[in-house]
Amino acid sequence: MNDMRITEQRVDTHEIKFSGRDVHVYYGETEAIKGIDVDIEDKTVTAFIGPSGCGKSTFLRCLNRMNDTIDICRVTGDITLDGEDIYDKRIDPVQLRAKVGMVFQKPNPFPKSIYDNVAYGPKIHGLAKNKADLDDIVERALRRGAIWEEVKDRLQEPGTGLSGGQQQRLCIARAVATEPEVLLMDEPCSALDPIATAQVEELIDELRSQYSVIIVTHSMQQAARVSQKTAFFHLGHLVEFGETSEIFTNPKDPRTESYITGRIG
Amino acid sequence: MTDLTTDNAGPGPRNLTTEAVKNSLGRRNRKQLYLQGLGIAAITFALTMLFILIWSLVSTGHHAFTQTHVTLDVYVDPEEISEENLPRGGFSEVLLASMAQQFPDIDVSDRAEARKLSSILSDGAQFQLRDRVVSDPSLIGQTVSLTVPLSDPYDQLNKNLVRRDTPENRRRVDDAAIARFDQLADRGMISTPLNFTLLTAADSRFPELAGLRGALVGSFWALLTCFLISFPLGIGAAVYLEEFAPKSRVSDFIEININNLAAVPSVVFGLLALAVFIGWFGMPRSAPFVGGLTLALMTMPTIIIATRAALKAVPPSIREAALGVGASKHQVVFQHVLPLAMPGILTGTIIGLAQALGETAPLLLIGMNAFITSAPSGPFDSATALPTQIFIWADSPERGFVSRTSAAILVLLGFLIFMNAIAIFLRSKFERKW
Repeated sequence: MNDMRITEQRVDTHEIKFSGRDVHVYYGETEAIKGIDVDIEDKTVTAFIGPSGCGKSTFLRCLNRMNDTIDICRVTGDITLDGEDIYDKRIDPVQLRAKVGMVFQKPNPFPKSIYDNVAYGPKIHGLAKNKADLDDIVERALRRGAIWEEVKDRLQEPGTGLSGGQQQRLCIARAVATEPEVLLMDEPCSALDPIATAQVEELIDELRSQYSVIIVTHSMQQAARVSQKTAFFHLGHLVEFGETSEIFTNPKDPRTESYITGRIG
Repeated sequence: MTDLTTDNAGPGPRNLTTEAVKNSLGRRNRKQLYLQGLGIAAITFALTMLFILIWSLVSTGHHAFTQTHVTLDVYVDPEEISEENLPRGGFSEVLLASMAQQFPDIDVSDRAEARKLSSILSDGAQFQLRDRVVSDPSLIGQTVSLTVPLSDPYDQLNKNLVRRDTPENRRRVDDAAIARFDQLADRGMISTPLNFTLLTAADSRFPELAGLRGALVGSFWALLTCFLISFPLGIGAAVYLEEFAPKSRVSDFIEININNLAAVPSVVFGLLALAVFIGWFGMPRSAPFVGGLTLALMTMPTIIIATRAALKAVPPSIREAALGVGASKHQVVFQHVLPLAMPGILTGTIIGLAQALGETAPLLLIGMNAFITSAPSGPFDSATALPTQIFIWADSPERGFVSRTSAAILVLLGFLIFMNAIAIFLRSKFERKW
């Protein structure tokens, strides 16, 4: 695979899924995100790139209010999902997270069986009417996670017994099992070997047909391979946001250029 | 390090580093050896002390695991024992008569002489005979072969705990008594079987009849009460503090106080229990239930601390995973974090209970050191506990209680080792690797 190949661009525009206006995030006194305006489209893979500590993961975790679990974290500004303010008091983070799935940096299956890992989300949200229904949901999710063929004969074995790449695909299956509309991925391949990475990337490309996927990555090659839109973060600012091909071939901001050519970061 | 700054005439900096490492290597290795030596010495010391403790307990305590018995042919005389008035029958007279058969030279009509004979047998012998005849009244008028315990001085004599070469006036059994015992032994009537009385009987004034049953049952009820109260309350408090309580001055204050509570001397809890449970609430004294409540006060901080540590040890990735699929806070805690923390919680609980099992001072204060000759039939009956029973026996003047105290300590240690083994087993069985 040519690492620097840029995904074929489809210039047709989609609806706006997420939209952030003047988003600031503070950890205690420290300002981690310093005013971000961004529109993220539906059925698109959006990559967040930038050097370590630039705030890309922090911003990602704002999108499903994962930062709520950190006591000292404070978010200001507006973030809307389908036009609804997700930080509105009437929105329960549980409801939001059912809609916005997340895959983490390190594969983190529950220490339960493969089946239970995937079935957990649908179960707590009451998505399945009966056992057969739940079986269907699990199978569909595992197929979408591109891991069904590998685990269909051992669904009752512990999910922690799988290899790292399989675990991560299991986590993706777990995330899609609740039928979310957006999938957030926080460096999903950083703990994987190249083969597993390729499998996950292929999967991301397939998921694009149904979900809006937002992926944080340290690898610019990966951003170039899987995303249609790329956002470059630097020191808490969103420096540049646009078509991936534009960002990588014709960056407008000198900082973006320095980063993608390897001078900062 | 002046040589580092000298002109570059000397060897290059890399050689200097090698040189410096070489020079300090001997010193560093010596230090390491020194530390290792200290560690080994400390462990050797600890093991020696442990060995001395166990050895001294076993060497005195093993005597209590056997009891000297004598096998007598007893004629159940219908003149002394009648079917109509069985419980008040003259069982001791019947026993005395059969002893008199063995020693025809002694005049049983003289009370002082008769005492010499009847004191050979344990006071419990007549009750043993009575129980036997009550369960089978047809024995009246017949001769039964009866194996009954000897009284403490003769038991000591048989176990060579009374030295025959000490002057007679400093011995508890005189020469005539030794002669009588030897006569019985020569006729093959003396046996030394295992002393099941030690586990099956309750406390008694007579060492040969005293057992740990009351203490074991009392400890069981006290520990059960302690567990049923401190386990749910401790976990509840820990889960709230660790997972739900907002971090504030109040929660910090509570946390500090719980840690302090774990370090409060147990006798203070005893005084508290005496004032509150017995004084205010009027609960019964000496009851294992009250003992359990008191021990729960002590065990709870231990359980809270262990539970919080176990909850903290659950990796955040599991919480994130559960939150990420849309689990609510309580679902995260009760469906993921708490089950994963359970092995740690159980280990902490068992260690806390083992501590409670060995706790003496608070039980003394609520009266669990009473002299009670029957095992409790429930948690509200008066009872002793293992450590307080040890306390009572250690305080008793009879020689036989010396070995029984050690034996009781061995029994207590056995239970403690058993409980800790369970804790280790649980930990290794359910330990997870992430």
